[in-house]
Amino acid sequence: MESERERRFPGPRRGQLLFAIALLVFAAFLLSQTPNQTRWVAKTDFFAQPRFWPAVGLISMVVLGGLHLVGLPWRRFQRADFIEARKWSTALEYAAWFMAYVFAVPVIGYLPTTVIFVPLLARRLGYRSARMLLASIVFAVVTVVVFKSILAVKIPGGMIYEYLPGAIRSFFILNF
Amino acid sequence: MDLILSSLEILARWDVILALVVGSVGGVLIGAIPGVGPAVAIAILLPATFSMDPIVGLTVLLGIYGSSMYGGAIPAVLINTPGTAVNALTTYDGFPMTARGEPRRALSLAYSSSFFGGIVSVICLILFAPVLAKVAPMFGSREIFLAALLGIILVIVAHRGQSLIAGALAGFGIFIQTIGLEPVKYSKRFTFDQSFLSSGIDLIVVVLGLFALSQAFVLLTSEDEKIRTTRLRGGLFQGFRELARHPRVASVSAGFGVIMGMIPGVGEFTAQFLSYTYAQKTSKRPQDFGHGSSEGLIAAETANNAVPAAAMVPLLALGIPGEALTAMMLSVFYVHNVVPGPGLFQNSMDFIVALYMALLILNVLVVIFLLVATRPLIQVVKIPNRFLGLCVLTLSFVGVYSLRNSATDCIMAAVFGMIGYVLKRLSLPIVPIILGMVLGGIMEVKLRAGMARVKEPFDFIDRPVAMILFLAILAVLAIHARHVWLDRKSLKEAEWQTKHRSTRFGALLFRRKGSLSRARGRKVKARHSTSYRRSTGRD
Repeated sequence: MESERERRFPGPRRGQLLFAIALLVFAAFLLSQTPNQTRWVAKTDFFAQPRFWPAVGLISMVVLGGLHLVGLPWRRFQRADFIEARKWSTALEYAAWFMAYVFAVPVIGYLPTTVIFVPLLARRLGYRSARMLLASIVFAVVTVVVFKSILAVKIPGGMIYEYLPGAIRSFFILNF
Repeated sequence: MDLILSSLEILARWDVILALVVGSVGGVLIGAIPGVGPAVAIAILLPATFSMDPIVGLTVLLGIYGSSMYGGAIPAVLINTPGTAVNALTTYDGFPMTARGEPRRALSLAYSSSFFGGIVSVICLILFAPVLAKVAPMFGSREIFLAALLGIILVIVAHRGQSLIAGALAGFGIFIQTIGLEPVKYSKRFTFDQSFLSSGIDLIVVVLGLFALSQAFVLLTSEDEKIRTTRLRGGLFQGFRELARHPRVASVSAGFGVIMGMIPGVGEFTAQFLSYTYAQKTSKRPQDFGHGSSEGLIAAETANNAVPAAAMVPLLALGIPGEALTAMMLSVFYVHNVVPGPGLFQNSMDFIVALYMALLILNVLVVIFLLVATRPLIQVVKIPNRFLGLCVLTLSFVGVYSLRNSATDCIMAAVFGMIGYVLKRLSLPIVPIILGMVLGGIMEVKLRAGMARVKEPFDFIDRPVAMILFLAILAVLAIHARHVWLDRKSLKEAEWQTKHRSTRFGALLFRRKGSLSRARGRKVKARHSTSYRRSTGRD
C-alpha cells in the first residue's frame, strides 16, 4: 500500500530514483575533477578564485542532490523505473532526426532539406493523409520564407546551390 | 509628460508597430495552442531578434509574453486544458461555465479581466518608474549580488516539496555558466581540453534545449487527442460590464499580480493563489468557487496578466531576471550592449517608459484582436500534438543554428533537450537551471567587485540596502525552514494516524505473545492446582 510519504511526493514515482542517483554520480564525478579542471591562483582572494564558483555549483549539486536522494520515499528500483528509462530513450530517435536535419542543411540547403524533412517526419509519426502531407509542406515553405527570406536569420546556403546557374545561385543562397 | 511624449516618439516607427502587431497576434496564437507556451516561442525567436533594434526585439518578446495568457484562456475555458501553465486556475471556473452553456460569458470575462490586470499593472509601473529611478542607484555591486542571491533562494524555495532538487538544479545552472575560459584570470574551467567547451555553453543553446526541444520531444512521444470544441455565438463585450460589478476583486487581484510579479521567483502562480483565496474568502457565494464562479475567474485572470509588466521591474532596474522568460530577454539586452540596471534607469528613462507604453498598447491590440477573431482562433487547439511537436522541432533548429551556424551547438541543445525531457517526465523544475545560469554569472561578477573593498565580513552589509537584502535573505530562509518543519510535523502526524499494525495471524499472535502466555500460565496453574488438590486429598 502507498505510504503517506509516497502520497505526498510531488510527481510520479517512476524514474525518480534513477534520476536522483544519476544526478548525484554525475555531480560527484565533476566535483572530483575540480582540482584538475580549475586552477588555484596565488595572491588572489578566495572569492575571486577561478575555482570558487564551479565548486559552489558542484557542492550544491552534491549536497542538495544527495539530500534529495535520501529524502526519496523509495529505496529500491521497480520494473516501472526501467520502463521509464526505456521511455526516455524513445526521445533519442527524435534527437537523431534533429541531428540528421542539422547535418543535411549545409549540404542540401535550408529550403530543400526542410521540404524533405518535415513531410518525412510527419509520415514517420503516422500522418499519411494528403491533407497532412500538404500541411507539412506548406509549414516547411512558410518557415523558410519567414525566417530566411524575411527575417534574414543567419543560415548558410547549401553546398548544392553552387551548381545552380549565376543569378539563381545567389538568389537561392540569399533567400533559401 | 515630456517623458511620455519622448517614449511615444521611440514607439512611433513602422518596425515597432509591426513588432507590436506580430507580438500580440503571435502571442495569442501560441497561448491558444496547448503544449506550446510563451517560453518555447521566446526561446525560438530569441536569435531572430538579435538582428533587430533592442526596442523592436524586446517589443516582439514582450508581446508574446504579455498576450500568451489571453490566448491560454481559450482552451482553458472551452476544453478544460490550459493553453499556458498559468491558465490552470482559469479551468476551475471557466470550464464549468462552458459546461453549463455559458462559454461566451466565460471567455468574455477572461478577456476583460486579463485586460484590466494588464492595464492596471502597466499604469502602476509607469507611475512607479520615477521612484524606481531614485531607488535603483542605491544598488551597488554588493546589493546586486545580494539581490541575485535572494532571487535564486526565492526561486528554490518557491518549489515547495521540491526545494532540494530545485537547489541541486540551480547548482547545475551555476556550474554550466562557469564552463569555459574564466574572463579575469584567463584560466580554463571544466573544458576537459575540448576546444568546443573553451568558449563556454551559450545560454540560448541551453534555453532552446530545455524549453523548445524538450517540449518537441514531449509532444512527439505523446498521443494525439480528439478535441471537441464548443461553438460560440454572439459578441464578447458582456464581460466588461460584469467585471465592472466586481471592482474590489479585480483591483485587489491586480495589486497581488503587480507585487508578486516584482519579487523574483514568485510570479503568476503565487499571485493567482493569493487573489483566488482572497476572492473566495470575501465572496458572498464562496461555495460557487470551482463551479463556475465569475469572481474566481476574474481573480485568476486579472492576477496572471498583471505579472508580465511587473516582472520587468527587477530586470530593468537591477538587471536581475526573476523568472525564465525575463532571463531570456536579458540576453537581448546583452547582445546590444545595453546593460539593464541602475544606469539604464538614470540615462534611458524614456526607453523604459516606451517599453511600458508598448505593453499598454499591446493589451489594447490583443483585446481588439480577440473580440474580432476568437471564433476562427478556436480552431488552432485542434492541431494534433505530434504534428505540433514536429513544428517545434523544425523551428528549434532555426533558433540554435542561426546563433553561430554550429553543429556542436545543436548537439548540445539536443543533449539539454533530453535533460529537459527527463525533467518534464518526472515533473521536476527546469527554471532553476536557467536562473542558476543567469544569476550565477551575475553573482560571480558582482561578488568579485563587491569584495574588493571589503576588509571584514560585516563591511559587506554595512549599507542600508545591503542590510535590508541580507535580512530579507535570512527571513526567507527562516520562513522556509519553518514551512519544512511544519510539513514534516504534519507528515509524521498523518503517518501516525494512518499507521495500522499487521493483520497477519502470525503477527497478531506474536504481538499478543505476552498476554497469551500469561493467560496460558494462569490456565496451567489452575489445572495443576486442581490435580494437586485431588492427589493430596486436601480440601
